[in-house]
Amino acid sequence: MTALIEAPQSSEPPATRTRTQARSAAWKRRAPLLPALLFTIAVTQVPFLVTVFYSFQSWNMVRPGSQHFVGFDNYVDVFTDSVFLQALGNTVTITVVCVLVAMLLGLGLALLLDRKFLGRGIVRTLLITPFLILPAAGALLWKTTMFDPSYGLLNWAFGIEVEWLSDYPLAAVMTQIVWQWTPFMMLLILAGLQAQSREVLEAAQVDGAGRWRTFVSITLPQLSRYLQLAVLLGAIYIVNSFDAIYLMTQGGPGTASTNLPYYIYQRAFEGFDVGQSSAMGVVVVAMTLIVATFALRLMFRAFDVSRGVK
Amino acid sequence: MTARTNRLGRSALTGLTWLVALLFVFPVIWMVVTSFKHEVDAATDPPTFAFAPTLEQFTTILDRGFLPYLANSAFVTVLSTALVLLLGVPAAYALSLAPVKQTSNALGFFLSTKMLPIVAAIIPLYIISQNLGMLDNVWALIVLYAGMNLPLAVWMMRSFFLEVPTEMIEAARVDGAKLPTVLYRVILPVVAPGIAATALICVIFSWTEFFYAVNLTAAQAGTVPVFLVGFITSEGLFWAQLSAAALLASLPVMIVGWIAQNHLVRGLSMGAVK
Repeated sequence: MTALIEAPQSSEPPATRTRTQARSAAWKRRAPLLPALLFTIAVTQVPFLVTVFYSFQSWNMVRPGSQHFVGFDNYVDVFTDSVFLQALGNTVTITVVCVLVAMLLGLGLALLLDRKFLGRGIVRTLLITPFLILPAAGALLWKTTMFDPSYGLLNWAFGIEVEWLSDYPLAAVMTQIVWQWTPFMMLLILAGLQAQSREVLEAAQVDGAGRWRTFVSITLPQLSRYLQLAVLLGAIYIVNSFDAIYLMTQGGPGTASTNLPYYIYQRAFEGFDVGQSSAMGVVVVAMTLIVATFALRLMFRAFDVSRGVK
Repeated sequence: MTARTNRLGRSALTGLTWLVALLFVFPVIWMVVTSFKHEVDAATDPPTFAFAPTLEQFTTILDRGFLPYLANSAFVTVLSTALVLLLGVPAAYALSLAPVKQTSNALGFFLSTKMLPIVAAIIPLYIISQNLGMLDNVWALIVLYAGMNLPLAVWMMRSFFLEVPTEMIEAARVDGAKLPTVLYRVILPVVAPGIAATALICVIFSWTEFFYAVNLTAAQAGTVPVFLVGFITSEGLFWAQLSAAALLASLPVMIVGWIAQNHLVRGLSMGAVK
């Protein structure tokens, strides 16, 4: 207040005044953002920093007082642990295969849906349902009613006798994940298909371009933005897959279908090894960060973030 | 001639679409069918298609104490969604209509938290919850689910706020309207459907969340996915019971999702798809 009243007499009053005002205006603008920002930092970043701290400790939860500083020992153990490396490989396989297959199936379904026909609304509603089933329920149902060797529908339908979950554990888990994520891909791609301008498509037809030609030269380039988005979002969720593995195979047989989230869970909650599981968590985050920096740039381009940013 | 073959082709394509759709959702249809079976008809070779329907499985599920889990899920879902809106609506406003200087940094930060694998924080979360006496406590889940959904909600609501025509706001300002009036009379009516869609998406994600629920809760604060876990350890085959439980556990979210299907994509793409 004093500053305001005395301002006219001081040597450089207008500058000070505007600066204080500008600063308080900036804080006023920031105020609505701060609670969300602080909350997110507290809930997501702080626990991660604690993970980094734990990763330099040797600490087994069932042995009280065992906690002590060990430097990089845990990290050395992580990279020499063959199960960790296998889990890493499985995670990459699950993510890449599931994202690609779900996207291709989603594209196929979206193309089928992108026309007027009897009961289109119902078909769309049916098709998104696997995405809305509780993933835990979906995993248990696939494990029992579909994959069961004696009474499962798959063996009955194909007239074969396959022990799906023990012979092809990774494929079985991936089937369930693909089934769950295909509807999401389909909806996203369908949105892309419907955003195409009808005139351009008709013009292409008038010019004598066949269906396939139109699809490849007009539809696909337009869809690329939506496909990139589908890959990115699918990957964010599928890389964290835990439900399907926990409920269907428990990482087995042996460690055949163990992925990183499941392995870290095992080390932490079954092995009680805080230090090592934390180190694995940090390694996973570091790897995700590398992929994510690249992905974020893509996302900003796809999302056109500059719109509305002044 | 060509017109007729065309129509024939179209009907064939429609038939194919229906067939594919029915095959694709067959596990769900089979779940519904199985939930009305007696246990003896549920796991048979070949599968039983004709059977005397019963509601026995549903009453068994309720007897096994399903309702407290359902109540926990409802409580956690509603409160965490409310918390998300409470924090997210002002943030979305600050990142769209009254943008702060570091808007894209803030947006990038929110998005990057979505990319942080949740396993990386589970150990401290477990230990912190244990020390605070918050293990197996619904409030721990409420806070964590709000943290999980907030980034998505901010992105999504921001895209709805951006649709408010700035001319409308300026016109109201010129007419002498103060900020609260502008917020309530001009902005809210435009963004309300968007906020509702965001809330529905938060509801779906909180309801189906598995990892935190399994690791941080048990009998007291367990949500519906935790109830379902009981079925992997139970002896013998209880497929009819499992199907009934899966159906009851999924039904609320299925209904919400069917209603919100148009908003689903927009929410999940964090507002990128209009």
